[in-house]
Amino acid sequence: MSTTDMLQILSESGKAVRGAKLRHIEGRYIEIYEHMLRTRLLDERMINLQRQGRIGFYVPSTGEEAAQIGSALAAGKRDWLYPSYRMPGSFVVRGAPLTAMVANCFGNEADLCKGHQMPVHYAFAKQRLVSISSPIGTQIVQAVGTAMAQKMKGDKGISWVFFGDGGTSSNDFHSGLNFAGVWKAPCVFVCSNNQWAISVPFEKQTASESVAIKAKAYGMPGVRVDGNDVLAVFQACSEAAERARKGDGPTLVELMTYRRGPHSSSDDPTRYRGNQADDWMGRDPILRFRKHLELQDLWSEDQEQELVERLKAEINAAVTEAEKAPQPALETMFVDVYEKVPPHLREQYEDLVQHEGTGHEPDPDAAFPL
Amino acid sequence: MPELTIVQAVNHALRDEMRSDEDVVILGEDVGVNGGVFRCTADLVEEFGEDRVIDTPLSESGIIGAAIGMALYGLRPVPEIQFSDFIWPAFDQITSELAKFRYRSGSQFTCPLVIRTPYGGGIRGGHYHSQSPEVYFTHTPGLVVVVPSDAYDAKGLLRAAIRSEDPVIFLEPKRIYRAPKMEVPDEDYIVELGKAAVRREGTDFTITCYGAMVPIAMDACAKAAEKGWEGEVLDLRTLLPLDEPALLESVTKTGRMVILQEAPRFCGYGSELAAIVAEKAVDVLEAPIKRVAGFDTPFPYTLEHVYMPHADRVLRAIEEVMSF
Repeated sequence: MSTTDMLQILSESGKAVRGAKLRHIEGRYIEIYEHMLRTRLLDERMINLQRQGRIGFYVPSTGEEAAQIGSALAAGKRDWLYPSYRMPGSFVVRGAPLTAMVANCFGNEADLCKGHQMPVHYAFAKQRLVSISSPIGTQIVQAVGTAMAQKMKGDKGISWVFFGDGGTSSNDFHSGLNFAGVWKAPCVFVCSNNQWAISVPFEKQTASESVAIKAKAYGMPGVRVDGNDVLAVFQACSEAAERARKGDGPTLVELMTYRRGPHSSSDDPTRYRGNQADDWMGRDPILRFRKHLELQDLWSEDQEQELVERLKAEINAAVTEAEKAPQPALETMFVDVYEKVPPHLREQYEDLVQHEGTGHEPDPDAAFPL
Repeated sequence: MPELTIVQAVNHALRDEMRSDEDVVILGEDVGVNGGVFRCTADLVEEFGEDRVIDTPLSESGIIGAAIGMALYGLRPVPEIQFSDFIWPAFDQITSELAKFRYRSGSQFTCPLVIRTPYGGGIRGGHYHSQSPEVYFTHTPGLVVVVPSDAYDAKGLLRAAIRSEDPVIFLEPKRIYRAPKMEVPDEDYIVELGKAAVRREGTDFTITCYGAMVPIAMDACAKAAEKGWEGEVLDLRTLLPLDEPALLESVTKTGRMVILQEAPRFCGYGSELAAIVAEKAVDVLEAPIKRVAGFDTPFPYTLEHVYMPHADRVLRAIEEVMSF
């Protein structure tokens, strides 16, 4: 297959594409569907919380659920994942507690990161989901380092790294793929090509005919996949993971999808792309998979209603629970800088408490611009 | 006890830590077969193999980024940046990633690694082989910044840095890489991070310095002694976190302060030292604080010997603080 051909298993109508090789994961279809819907509803709820001023910022992933869930499902328990900031679904799949994710968005005491980072920059060590940063692409070469450590230690796990089409222009995309190619690192590079890096479209990002074709120059296979087809995503990612696990080296997987919403809660996409996103409303990855389930008699309207209600209740409960927690205590500002709090930080903390007390309230008018 | 140069001391520290901890790995440009362009990693690939002494592609960002991924996993990487002047492609990895992993994840993810890199002038290398970049890193919370000034410390500080749970920028003074050898024990020892050392005791003035400026300070004090002034030389060794008690103690004792640094003067490390003394001990000062530093120009090639602080220039500063 050439790098501009696109792997597809389910057509828009939810029918299996003729000749497509299906993995036997029918037993997990309902679970997959549930994860996709949970991700969608979580995003909607969090955007609402942001609009109500209850959280400061959010990054929606609407329309990219298949890419997130299909890839995370292909990862093994021992694998390390280096996520980007637009993939709550992968966290959901790997069992990051919803309450902890929501608490992160509130930046409160229940946040595992103690309010040190802005919303959606999750970190879940137990689930091997590495802490997310905002600079683009930095995680790509880090994942290669982890993959090399795994190889060195005879670990059966591999490393996955996720980034967008904008990330393919970053320095560390080049460093990462180059290092991985030379070292034959057990690593899977997953690019969610959602066609927009804030306001910059894919054709202004690169003159390459695809992201997948870039793999060739680094001495690894590249594959382009219909990123709104959860089964195709799972298939391609599983094959890439098998290569890595066998010791055959890295793969670059390009998932073709579309960022239907804004870049973030601070972005207004009508400024740069008009109503283009409307064209993609009918190409919904969740709807496509639902049609497939219905064609197989695996899903009904009743089940749908029941699931939506259950998921909404689950998300509501997580929000209620997370929102209960107070702001992090003042001393949390000074911890986690070093293993032990050094004297100059202790002095700054003590001076702060002595002169200003501990009752700091956030500025309600401060809004993040990007 | 063997006598070693700083280069050899660094080499022995790496060798000994690699022997005692199989998670210690080295990566960088030319560190393997070539043993490093300054020979700091000589013979290590022969002993530990290519899995643990890794020649990387030529990308500083890649070297540090990959080392971060290894450290997050649980290894103890010691990446080398061939010259600190080439570290800038990795600045994002160092300041946005390495320094912040612990903080941003609430200590769920940590990066115990040591970036070794030679810094400073005196080798006729022009500005791309001579700069002193310490303040770019001392201004970044989350990093530890260490500068040894002799072979004993180079070995002890490097071993301490490799065992530290915090990321360390280890700046090696290449001008004195092969300065006269000194006795360095074979047995296991460390020099504690965050502790300064008094290299010469004196009562009349204090010179703060680190790295390759320490011998300059010693020379200047010898010259000052001829005039009857006894200087104290405080080798800071760890710039972040600073051994502030040692600084205040020395300045309180002498009442006069000369700051010596090779890097440009403006917003240099010495500016912070002056600010601390001004805030906390201004009443002990018997003269204005005096700085001796590199000029606020790019590091020059031909006039390197003029640019770099030397003992006579330091002596002029000593004369000023003593005659105030």
